[in-house]
Amino acid sequence: MPEISRDEVAHLATLARIELDDAELDQLAPQLSVILESIASIAEVAAGEIAPTSHAVPLTNVFRADEPRPSLSVEQALAGAPETEQQRFAVPRILGDEQ
Amino acid sequence: MTAGGELVRRSAADLSEALASGETTSVELTGACLDRIDSLEPLVHAFLHVDSEGALAQAAASDARRRAGRPASALDGVPIAVKDILVTEGLPTTCGSRILAGWVPPYDATVVARLRSAGLPILGKTNMDEFAMGSSTEHSAYGPTHNPWDLDRIPGGSGGGSAAAVAAFEAPLAIGTDTGGSIRQPGAVTGTVGVKPTYGGVSRYGLVALANSLDQAGPVTRTVLDAALLHEVIGGHDPLDSTSIDEPVPPLADAARLGASGDVSGVRIGVVRELSGDGYQAGVRQRFDEAVQLLVQAGAEVVEVSCPSFVHALAAYYLIMPSEASSNLARFDAMRYGMRVLPDGVANPSAEEVMRATRDAGFGAEVKRRIILGTYALSSGYYDAYYGQAQKVRTLISRDFEAAFAQADVLVSPTAPTTAFRIGEKLDDPVAMYLNDIATIPANLAGVPGLSVPVGLAPEDGLPVGFQVLAPALADDRLYRIGAALETLLEKQWGGPLIAQAPTLVVPAEAPGADR
Repeated sequence: MPEISRDEVAHLATLARIELDDAELDQLAPQLSVILESIASIAEVAAGEIAPTSHAVPLTNVFRADEPRPSLSVEQALAGAPETEQQRFAVPRILGDEQ
Repeated sequence: MTAGGELVRRSAADLSEALASGETTSVELTGACLDRIDSLEPLVHAFLHVDSEGALAQAAASDARRRAGRPASALDGVPIAVKDILVTEGLPTTCGSRILAGWVPPYDATVVARLRSAGLPILGKTNMDEFAMGSSTEHSAYGPTHNPWDLDRIPGGSGGGSAAAVAAFEAPLAIGTDTGGSIRQPGAVTGTVGVKPTYGGVSRYGLVALANSLDQAGPVTRTVLDAALLHEVIGGHDPLDSTSIDEPVPPLADAARLGASGDVSGVRIGVVRELSGDGYQAGVRQRFDEAVQLLVQAGAEVVEVSCPSFVHALAAYYLIMPSEASSNLARFDAMRYGMRVLPDGVANPSAEEVMRATRDAGFGAEVKRRIILGTYALSSGYYDAYYGQAQKVRTLISRDFEAAFAQADVLVSPTAPTTAFRIGEKLDDPVAMYLNDIATIPANLAGVPGLSVPVGLAPEDGLPVGFQVLAPALADDRLYRIGAALETLLEKQWGGPLIAQAPTLVVPAEAPGADR
């Protein structure tokens, strides 16, 4: 049976950029183990030579004519931003203090 | 009953004629729907946002077009409710999540743009499980929607708001989206009609993605003909969606009218062996079997088909969907739109710390669960065993459909294994919740279209049962023919639509707005 540990969930939460508190980690680890157990049968499907399907409808590249079209104005694009500055998205610092 | 009360119970097809003949106006009809919403929302909570002013203005414009003899479409002036996962310029769009509370998108989804250009006034945005993750609408950050048949029960999900709005006569039409059954399963448990079109048949531009390779928008209505009429408005190629199919939409309303003759002579109906039996409630099985017999009496030929890989569909789905979701929901990063939360007690936090704090505060438990599951399934070391294997199962499921459609024109099954369960009953048991979609998921994995139509009430609990019809890709017209035939034959037995048997909802005078 696939087990997923509390430490593993904490690592995945870091990868997924979600701060989880202790209570959430305690709850999620056993829940995910149960979910994984319920889908474990998939490993037993003998599908060695089967081509994977990533999309229901097989499509090749779709192109359009390279012509300019109207797009959102700066005001529209920034309308939902938590913070803006000089017609740009203002974000928290992206480098460490030492850099 | 008041004149407005009668009006809201009529079908969209009927209302379209009433508008064309001048018997009523869109302002009168839209006003009647808004009155109904106003009085019932404290009980049902189908809507997250109601746009009375906008809807009435659109209705007045529709009336002006009708007076000038230039209606924009057959449905011009018939109001509609839209699931809160489709972006609407100028109207809040939350996807049922705190992380998008108060967000007003700067553009319209293509589906919404098509509704507007066809003249359908938009009543508001309907409740849903957060980011469409759920089968009960209990995972909405804004509280659950209640099933109009029994207010203590779930209306299905994720599109429970759209289904309940239609079932409660708050709107004649609604739009839903279906990733694993989110249109069809709510249709089944609310006694309404829901259609998931062929993947690529309706544009996904402006549909906030849960799982791109599975998501599809479609009609939520009370009659099969209404679904066909609405499908014709929203369907067809859209250059803004690269997965949109560049083929004409087959004549769907004509197929529904043909089916309404009640004659299905020569149609081969395949009963899927793997989508019945154990795990399906007795009353669900009984109504399903009776409906199949009715089709036989109407001239259909029934064959049993086997789709052996369907037993792995749920597992494949619960790997593919969270994998795509974990990637899609990375866009909620607290930088460009939506919520931004600063971490407690951190001076000068970094962008990453802000993102972590925001996603913790903004996402609910089910969304976190699926993001973590998807991140796990996509991580190195597990990718081949989980995601890769799920993609191969997807191929096997498509092959099963191909083989089955060689023997039958349409496939049928119960839409959902049970009738509506009680609010709270499965909330802490994710696996039990996931089983609700066991019969609907194969269609999403293979991209084929599916419809749910009510076939009666389960004898043991008096709650609606849904009948699912599946057709090959691009043969959506077959859904409407068979669905309409069944509807006609059953309504003859019932002496009217099933929804007429739903209890009358009365708001207790003591507690207005108790659930808001």
